[in-house]
Amino acid sequence: MACELWTKELDAYLDGELPESETLPLDQHLKGCTDCTALILSKVQMKQAIRAAGKRYQPDAAFRAKVQQSISRPARFRFSRLWFPLLAGPLVLVAVLIFVLTLGRPRSDDRLLSELADLHVATLASANPVDVVSSDRHTVKPWFAGKIPFTFNVPELQDSPFTLVGGKAAYLRQSPGAELLFRVRQHQISVFIFQERALGNLRGLDEMKNAESFNLRSWSQNGLRYFAVGDVAGQDLDRLRDLIEAAG
Amino acid sequence: MPLFERLYNFACWLTQDRHEAEDLVQETYAKALHGFSSFRPGTNFRAWIYKILRNAFLNSRTGLKYTSTVSLDDEHDEASLPVAEETPESILLHRADSRLVQQGLERLTVAQREILLLCEVEEMTYQEIASTLAIPIGTVMSRLSRARQALRAAVGNMQSNQMKS
Repeated sequence: MACELWTKELDAYLDGELPESETLPLDQHLKGCTDCTALILSKVQMKQAIRAAGKRYQPDAAFRAKVQQSISRPARFRFSRLWFPLLAGPLVLVAVLIFVLTLGRPRSDDRLLSELADLHVATLASANPVDVVSSDRHTVKPWFAGKIPFTFNVPELQDSPFTLVGGKAAYLRQSPGAELLFRVRQHQISVFIFQERALGNLRGLDEMKNAESFNLRSWSQNGLRYFAVGDVAGQDLDRLRDLIEAAG
Repeated sequence: MPLFERLYNFACWLTQDRHEAEDLVQETYAKALHGFSSFRPGTNFRAWIYKILRNAFLNSRTGLKYTSTVSLDDEHDEASLPVAEETPESILLHRADSRLVQQGLERLTVAQREILLLCEVEEMTYQEIASTLAIPIGTVMSRLSRARQALRAAVGNMQSNQMKS
């Protein structure tokens, strides 16, 4: 294919939006075409320049506090209004008991999702997000030996957009487990692994979920419960899940 | 509020005014909270909340002023773009001067600026951008292409002016 036809595709190629059927021929073309290679280099540099220049404005702590206060105020108001009638009589209490009994499980699952989102945010906020820093799965997996009461396989990430950042021990509902941190483009994904029997029945979580703006995938494999949490698109989490499942 | 910094940055770029951006972010969170029932689990939260922010902007005084004077649909402005002669070396030079690129972004139309920021800074997929801006994917691609061309032209022109003066 002539250069003029490929140059139209370079932006989609760099944005990761070119279909795989076209990516390979374009890769081949770039190996032999200095004009297109130079053009793609300039486009990459422009993308990096926009990324750097675009991250320009930072909110101050006072504004953050103001927004947090403004969005938490109505919640407190509703809470007090909800509980006040409970004191009115046992009839209402029975109704609430029925409500809690029927909706108990989803609430428990929601709490679990929030805990996972909190763990992920805490990892991202930490100066030392992982305790074993390595992109080599043969380094990361052995590090967990003796630290958690089970073992698991770390996926092969070659030819995928994901990079292994490292891992650390994690705790959920007083159960020890593993947290693996992956990077895709500029995003980070935490994959938590726990023994399924330690967490109880969580089959309801096999559906797609989100918590606190994060996308989440959860699945069960070899008696272990996996959770993938990140601010990436659902397709990215699906792809990472496929890689982990393939690792067995 | 995990997307707080990003929403604030995006709002500042849209409004070009920190006070207006603060109002916009606050309004976005309030609307997101009240309208959370309209969010469908499993769909993209990020696109959903950016869409709220953008709609709030379009309904703000600055947004209304902008939409009443400039069409957001900039499909036909290609001919007016000056041609910028770019080389890898010149881009590398630009890269060193982040302020030049920031000034270039400021000179773009809101439609061009927002789509570049969603793609390059927020790293949204074309599908997410389409969902956020409520436009077809084909329009995302063409608008992105024109926005990049316009930014190159703006940066190139500023650099030429710098060299002359």
